[in-house]
Amino acid sequence: MHILIQGGRVIDPAHQFDAITDLFVAVGRIAGLGHPPAGFKAEQVIDARDCIVCPGLIDLCARLREPGQEHKATIASETRAAAAAGITTLVCPPDTDPVIDEPAVVELIRRRAKSAGHAWVLTLGALTHRLRGERLAEMAALKDAGCIGVGDGGRPIANTLVLRRALEYAATFNLTVFLTPLDSWLGHGVAHEGPVATRMGLPGIPVAAETGAIARDLELVRDLGVRVHFGRLSSARSVELVARAQAEGLPVTADVAIHHLHLTETDLAGFDSRCHLRPPLRGSRDRDALRAGLASGVLGALCSDHQPHEPDAKQAPFGDTEPGISGLDTLLALGLRLAREGVLSLPTLIERLTWGPARILGLDRGHLAVGASADICVFDPEADWLVNAATLRSRGQNNPFIGWELQGRVTHTLLEGRMAHPSEA
Amino acid sequence: MSASHIQLDRQGRLLHFLTIEGLTRRHLTDILDTAESLHGVAERRVKKLPTLHGKTVVNLFFEASTRTRTTFELAAKRLSADVLTLNIATSSAVKGETLLDTLRNIEAMQCDMFVVRHEQSGAAEFIARHVKPHIAVLNAGDGRHAHPTQAMLDVFTIRRHKPDFPSLQVAIVGDILHSRVARSLIHALNILGAAEIRVIAPRTLLPAQVETLGVRVFHDMQQGLRNVDVVVMLRLQRERMEGALLPTEQEFFQRYGLTEERLALAKPDVIVMHPGPINRGVEIDSRVADGPHSVILEQVTNGIAVRMAIMSITLGNHARPAGENL
Repeated sequence: MHILIQGGRVIDPAHQFDAITDLFVAVGRIAGLGHPPAGFKAEQVIDARDCIVCPGLIDLCARLREPGQEHKATIASETRAAAAAGITTLVCPPDTDPVIDEPAVVELIRRRAKSAGHAWVLTLGALTHRLRGERLAEMAALKDAGCIGVGDGGRPIANTLVLRRALEYAATFNLTVFLTPLDSWLGHGVAHEGPVATRMGLPGIPVAAETGAIARDLELVRDLGVRVHFGRLSSARSVELVARAQAEGLPVTADVAIHHLHLTETDLAGFDSRCHLRPPLRGSRDRDALRAGLASGVLGALCSDHQPHEPDAKQAPFGDTEPGISGLDTLLALGLRLAREGVLSLPTLIERLTWGPARILGLDRGHLAVGASADICVFDPEADWLVNAATLRSRGQNNPFIGWELQGRVTHTLLEGRMAHPSEA
Repeated sequence: MSASHIQLDRQGRLLHFLTIEGLTRRHLTDILDTAESLHGVAERRVKKLPTLHGKTVVNLFFEASTRTRTTFELAAKRLSADVLTLNIATSSAVKGETLLDTLRNIEAMQCDMFVVRHEQSGAAEFIARHVKPHIAVLNAGDGRHAHPTQAMLDVFTIRRHKPDFPSLQVAIVGDILHSRVARSLIHALNILGAAEIRVIAPRTLLPAQVETLGVRVFHDMQQGLRNVDVVVMLRLQRERMEGALLPTEQEFFQRYGLTEERLALAKPDVIVMHPGPINRGVEIDSRVADGPHSVILEQVTNGIAVRMAIMSITLGNHARPAGENL
């Protein structure tokens, strides 16, 4: 199949390329930029005038709920939503049920994703057996099975000795370790410890629950030289800690979830359970520092932290609800809103959604070099749309941006040169 | 706070009673004045009014309570309502029924008012958002968030002794962190224009940035009690010792227990309040609890009239068609 993507503004941050031109796709690969390769005969032409053409987005944290929680969502349902949102690669953390701590689970996810065929699904293996933080998982076997890294799956390891050994063992096999920093004892609350939680009578999670864990982990990194990635930072102070460590040359990276750049603790008003998150939404100064961290690159990736839920999971008093937002659908448009607000430039935003996460993963993707897999997102940055039940593709409707008017809609998503959205069927 | 709009109709009248926050002085004085007029009912030979005749009030208690539940029951009965009390142990949640399922089932029994107590902050508001529009929801305590009828009976009791709120200095002592009583009372006193509200506690029992609620913070009992008109003691739960919030009950009493000597630092006509149940010798000395300054039992009596007032006001607003004014 030869596809010509014609007349779009092609932005490829990996090569600092930004120009209005044509992009040529042949047999699943990028075949040419600006000039067609010899013998190219377009079988399909995508009119990309007034659109942005960029690498397919890479989402560093998306829970697809399969295996184990298919009543919330499935790999098929969520990868379809991802394709509609311009996302071609999803990283699935290991807290599935069963946990990704043995090759069979990796294999199961790969098979389901392949048969759905809407997006690449990469897996993170568990650092510890059943993510219990007690015994090491078989990380070498998990790597052989295809895991692109290992992580705590959102269940931080309380025991520092176990963590240190897990880091050392992971480093033995050159695996990047994905940690979600939260102190096990300080992290029991349901909201940011501050004036809003005080007023609402919600048990608080202090900033120190996150920064204390980061500080501990950074000292281990300093000792061991292990590559560590911190997922979903929530506070200004966390950005400072990571920035300082990076300046000192420690091999650490970090990301932020898109909702932490748009919402704050005040959005909990009315006990809105859709804003029940872990880590919690914090103050506006934290939000601004996270925005600045994304712009400067201290936070190298922007992710959806996608956590689809069935309605019942959010239909209860705040503290009894499950945390998390269904975020795939709104990732790009909410990112574009940041660019429009002047937080960062459009090419920088796209970098944080493509080449940035690819570099964190250490993978050769997220760019448009000739010969690369044709994972491409084409979107109209001006198209208005209303976030509502009809426009959300994810099975999870737990999205606090419902009712928002956003700009930026994906028109085409190519996965290995095939049309993943709109689907050919 | 958006809770204020869900408990009010478009004309600003109370449809539910979920939190004090966001209410006006007018709302509070209406309740206090109505409660005052209902206060005499208990002294009559027939202790009943026909106000809620034919109405069904359901007490939904997801958390144990004696005083609040019985005074709500009595209040409803004195207004001639039919009353049903359900003590829904948390075990029903274990059986798999969600709160909404429970709610739908009871709603199907054609009730007019839910009185709700729940261990989770925001539970009463959650229920108010999900019940049929003709049902009034009264919050009888949700987590650490609010206990607005307690706050109203507290300010009612204060007003009967010290009606001039702008000159009033109030100290609230003890476990503010876990206290819905304290949060609601602080809001009520601020709305009524009290001169100063002090909280006295060790830092482990104060929520983060508590001063943003409009209080002055004291860690020292002697300083905090100086010249106050009202002392409100809070109950100290035994499990606080296990959570490493306090070393021992003895040390707490030594520093923060209300004794006659300490009370002498307050105004000579100080009144002592406590939402109950009291822990004698933990937060309050028996001689103070039973002494001349104590109005603790008066609070219980007043609780009935105040709850009658809130019940008749909210159900009255439900009965009135939308748009019609008082």
